[in-house]
Amino acid sequence: MASHTATETTEAATHGAEATAAHGGDAVAQGADAAHDAGGLVFHPLDQFIVKPLFGDGAVHWYTPTNVTLWLALAVLCVVLLFVVGSRGRATIPSRVQSVGELFYGFTHKMVEDVCGKEGLKYFPYVMTLFVFILFANFLGLLPMSFATTSHIAVTAVLGFGVFFGVTILGFVLNGPSFLKLFWMSEAPLFLRPIIAVIELISYFVRPVSHSVRLAGNITAGHAVMKVFAAFAGLAIVSPVSILAITAIYGLEVLVAGIQAYVFAILTCVYLKDALHPAH
Amino acid sequence: MATADVAQEVEAGMPQLDFSTFPNQIFWLLIALVVIYLVLSRIALPRISGVLAERSGTISNDLAAAEDFKLRATEAEAVYEKALADARTESNRIGDEARAVAQADLDAALAEADAKIATQTAAAEANIAEIRASATDNVAIVAKDVAQALVAAMGTNADQVAIDAAVANRMKG
Repeated sequence: MASHTATETTEAATHGAEATAAHGGDAVAQGADAAHDAGGLVFHPLDQFIVKPLFGDGAVHWYTPTNVTLWLALAVLCVVLLFVVGSRGRATIPSRVQSVGELFYGFTHKMVEDVCGKEGLKYFPYVMTLFVFILFANFLGLLPMSFATTSHIAVTAVLGFGVFFGVTILGFVLNGPSFLKLFWMSEAPLFLRPIIAVIELISYFVRPVSHSVRLAGNITAGHAVMKVFAAFAGLAIVSPVSILAITAIYGLEVLVAGIQAYVFAILTCVYLKDALHPAH
Repeated sequence: MATADVAQEVEAGMPQLDFSTFPNQIFWLLIALVVIYLVLSRIALPRISGVLAERSGTISNDLAAAEDFKLRATEAEAVYEKALADARTESNRIGDEARAVAQADLDAALAEADAKIATQTAAAEANIAEIRASATDNVAIVAKDVAQALVAAMGTNADQVAIDAAVANRMKG
């Protein structure tokens, strides 16, 4: 791991030199003050996603407290603050924090009830866990210098495949073999049914992939784009444009953070509905 | 330059695809999810649903109470209106009674006064008759005296009886 970091540093140095050379006159002035922070126009939009140990530079074992641990813990802390500390008064006339918590509760509760029906409410805590975790992880990732845990496919794949396996097992437990009717369109003409079944089956197995890649991809792309624009801010001539662009994209990313959490949660509800009512 | 940069990043690899960090991320993620799930399902969600249920209960209770109060206010108003109407009838009745009593008193007083007036009139009339009678007698006496004197003046000695008869005869006519 240590050697890996070292190579990167040298790469960064050479790259900085290249950039300065490429931009010629424009970048000469920049190069002077950029030289002492290791390279002028440095593009490392993905460095923000590197998993590092919190203490020291050792290897990342499965138990090592890393920046992932820190930002996951902060997400947990936010959930606790909003839903436990915020509602500790149990006030009939709620405080501001309590009413925000109630808003989240009501929103998710209604979403589960609308999509899955009354019998889906049994699984409401699971959907709520996913929704608030992704929401807080997304928003915490938007803080400057933070680490976006949901940008990692390792994280979103656990969430996505967790939903996939959970829903599939639940479907078979609740419906037995008749869960397979999910793939057998009884309304379709008989000769089309096998073809549709194959398509349905493929789409069913693609679900967890799209479910998890959608989230990680959105967050990664947004953060990387912001970093690219941030790197351009090093050039005096384009820095106003670059800073405007960062501001605009930041606004967009705030939107994306909320929407992706919502999309993840509502897709979870849709998949859950298939497990509860497999017949089309 | 940008392509060179991207190429370099790909060469360095996306941190997302650095599988050596996967066990670490998955381990801590599972802990975080379990903690959030336990916090939500054991503490937060029952508490919030309790608060929400209590609030909707309070609201419906308050609405019912308000409805009740409104009903009672309507009742009270009806009672008040009725009392007002009763009082009005009662006052009319008392007024009528008082008026009747006063009328009766007045009638009695009038009758009494009429009676008094009648007796006094009768007495006065009797007096007048008496006076008239005595006046007639006096006139007769005076007339007799005057007639005797007239007759004496004419030089004739008048018969007393004839004079009386003549005077009486004249007074009749």
